[in-house]
Amino acid sequence: MEKESKGGKQPLGGVIPKGGTADDYSTGGWRKLRPVVDNTKCTNCLICWVMCPDSAVITKDGKMMGFDLEHCKGCGICAVECPDKVKAIKMEEEAD
Amino acid sequence: MENYIEVRWHGRAQQGVVTAAKLLGESCLISGKYVQAFPEFGPERMGAPVRAYNRISSDPIRLHCQVTEPRYVLIADPTLIGVVGVTDGTPADAVFIVNTAKPAAQMREELGLKGKGARVYTLDASKISLETIGRVMPNTPLLGALAKVTDIIPLDALIANFKENYAKKFSDKVIEGNVSAMKRAFEEVKGD
Amino acid sequence: MAITTKGQIGLTGNTAIAYAMKQINPDVCPAYPITPSTGIIEDFAGFVADGEVDTEMITVESEHSAMSACIGAEAAGARVMTATSSQGLALMWEMLYIASGMRLPIVLTNVNRALSAPINIHCDHSDSMGARDAGWVQLYSETVQEAYDNLIQAIRIAEHTDVLLPTMVCLDGFITSHAIENISLISDADVKGFIGAYKPAHALLDVEHPITYGAMSLPDNYIEFKHEQSRAMARSKAVVSAIGAEFGKKFGRSYGLFDAYRLEDADSVIVILNSAAGTTKVAVDELRAQGKKVGMLRPRLFRPFPFEELAKALSGAKAIAVLDRVDSMNGFGGPLFNEIRSALYETDSRPKVMSRIYGLGGRDYKVKDALGVYDELGKVVSTGKVETLQKYITL
Repeated sequence: MEKESKGGKQPLGGVIPKGGTADDYSTGGWRKLRPVVDNTKCTNCLICWVMCPDSAVITKDGKMMGFDLEHCKGCGICAVECPDKVKAIKMEEEAD
Repeated sequence: MENYIEVRWHGRAQQGVVTAAKLLGESCLISGKYVQAFPEFGPERMGAPVRAYNRISSDPIRLHCQVTEPRYVLIADPTLIGVVGVTDGTPADAVFIVNTAKPAAQMREELGLKGKGARVYTLDASKISLETIGRVMPNTPLLGALAKVTDIIPLDALIANFKENYAKKFSDKVIEGNVSAMKRAFEEVKGD
Repeated sequence: MAITTKGQIGLTGNTAIAYAMKQINPDVCPAYPITPSTGIIEDFAGFVADGEVDTEMITVESEHSAMSACIGAEAAGARVMTATSSQGLALMWEMLYIASGMRLPIVLTNVNRALSAPINIHCDHSDSMGARDAGWVQLYSETVQEAYDNLIQAIRIAEHTDVLLPTMVCLDGFITSHAIENISLISDADVKGFIGAYKPAHALLDVEHPITYGAMSLPDNYIEFKHEQSRAMARSKAVVSAIGAEFGKKFGRSYGLFDAYRLEDADSVIVILNSAAGTTKVAVDELRAQGKKVGMLRPRLFRPFPFEELAKALSGAKAIAVLDRVDSMNGFGGPLFNEIRSALYETDSRPKVMSRIYGLGGRDYKVKDALGVYDELGKVVSTGKVETLQKYITL
């Protein structure tokens, strides 16, 4: 019998056999632009939390607390979606 | 060599020849035979010429090709004579049963079998079915005629199969109509 | 249904398959009917409507959607069956690979029909042979009886923990699908007992154990998934044998990887799939009666290809004609020819092997066609030379 492939036993049919595995996958390193919130301007409308595709907006007791930079890919959707009258989120060069 | 009875049915789509082959196959199967009943489909339209076939044997049937040399030929629609090759491949001792009001001697001539050894029988299956079933459906009368002029299957076996296996599908009236059609055809079929 | 003293009844291939599906009672049946397999779905829809099964029947807008729905339902944890033919199977093509790659044991009946163009509704094997590398186990059936028996076994094969691959049962369009033949049915309770309950390896609807189906796999592990799929396909051969033997023990009809007919001392052998094998057997008997050493072999399992077993069975022959009801359009014979010839490469005897393509688009294959091939094979046996390596017959 042929021996097992070097990758070892794979989950059957390519399933991801448990939930929440995205948490283990650090995508923060993909970021070129970093979101920065100005807490003095933020009204805690949480539109950024709704729109963030990576669930990287941290909230506590209904308040916007900042960003999970382990998972934020720097797409900038939060900055665009932050209401025009508020504009509390700015994207800054990661390199700066 | 294989020992079969081979039957070919000629008709037009919606005249019931595929069902006739099915009924014959089932009736023979009940009496312990091995059977095949299969259609040959062409253009699937009402009125298009259709053929159906039977193989009947005491042994399991392995052939899966068309029947090309049938000893028994049943023609549900006489207008097919001359249009499709109803006598193709038939042996010298073939048996023809034709749905027509014409006498068998005249049919023999139309089939081009004058002076040949084949047996030719006729019955007005359309008229019989109209008077018994209530519409032109020449298939069951042809089966009744087949029971009379050959020893492939007794009339009782045909009737028993029809009553037993189609009671769910058809109303009592339709069942009775078809049974009378088979019985009348059995009495009325004539050779030359 | 008419029942004989032998306990047999007369059913068409399509009716028998639908009846087996009724006895199997799958959880879900997504379908888009197509000639000549329409009768299967028509009859089965009747069983659903009459409440004889509790299957969720999904009428979809194409075969691509039918197979997509099969995949979704099977991933959700359901036992899923469907049926198709020809263009229908072709339209399922990309989804067939997803079903096998996701290791979903869907069972599909393919009623073999030619592919367009020109448009044709009759039998040949272009459809299932086109899907031969899609990662599905493929069983071929000679008769109505075998098609019925194969479908019941296919559930066990597909769902076996050593396999977990989708499985396709093939039977000849019209010749088998529309022909009434004698068949012995197994009782509902026995079918139920034989197939057992389906316990999916993973199920999307098992909310206690959340999983993801359809995730991406890049160069760091894609090949490992394919390697495991390939090993499962190779393992399925032993499972097909074991289940065929178990079926025989329980119901009196045993099935192996292939059907050998008067092969023991045969010099000239025809290898052929499905219903035409029966017609070939009649030719074999005719020639054996004349003292000619001829035989026939009909592969039942085509995927995985049982190359060792077939080579062993054929190694005693001197000349072999492999008859394909499909052309690979590769300029080098049909698919069965290529694989049989390749399987024989390792044998010491290396019999002569030639390709004959027959019966495309429903062209009738008769006893005389088989006799013609045996006549050619006889010449190869006596001269040791193959004059025509490949050609069409029944033209």
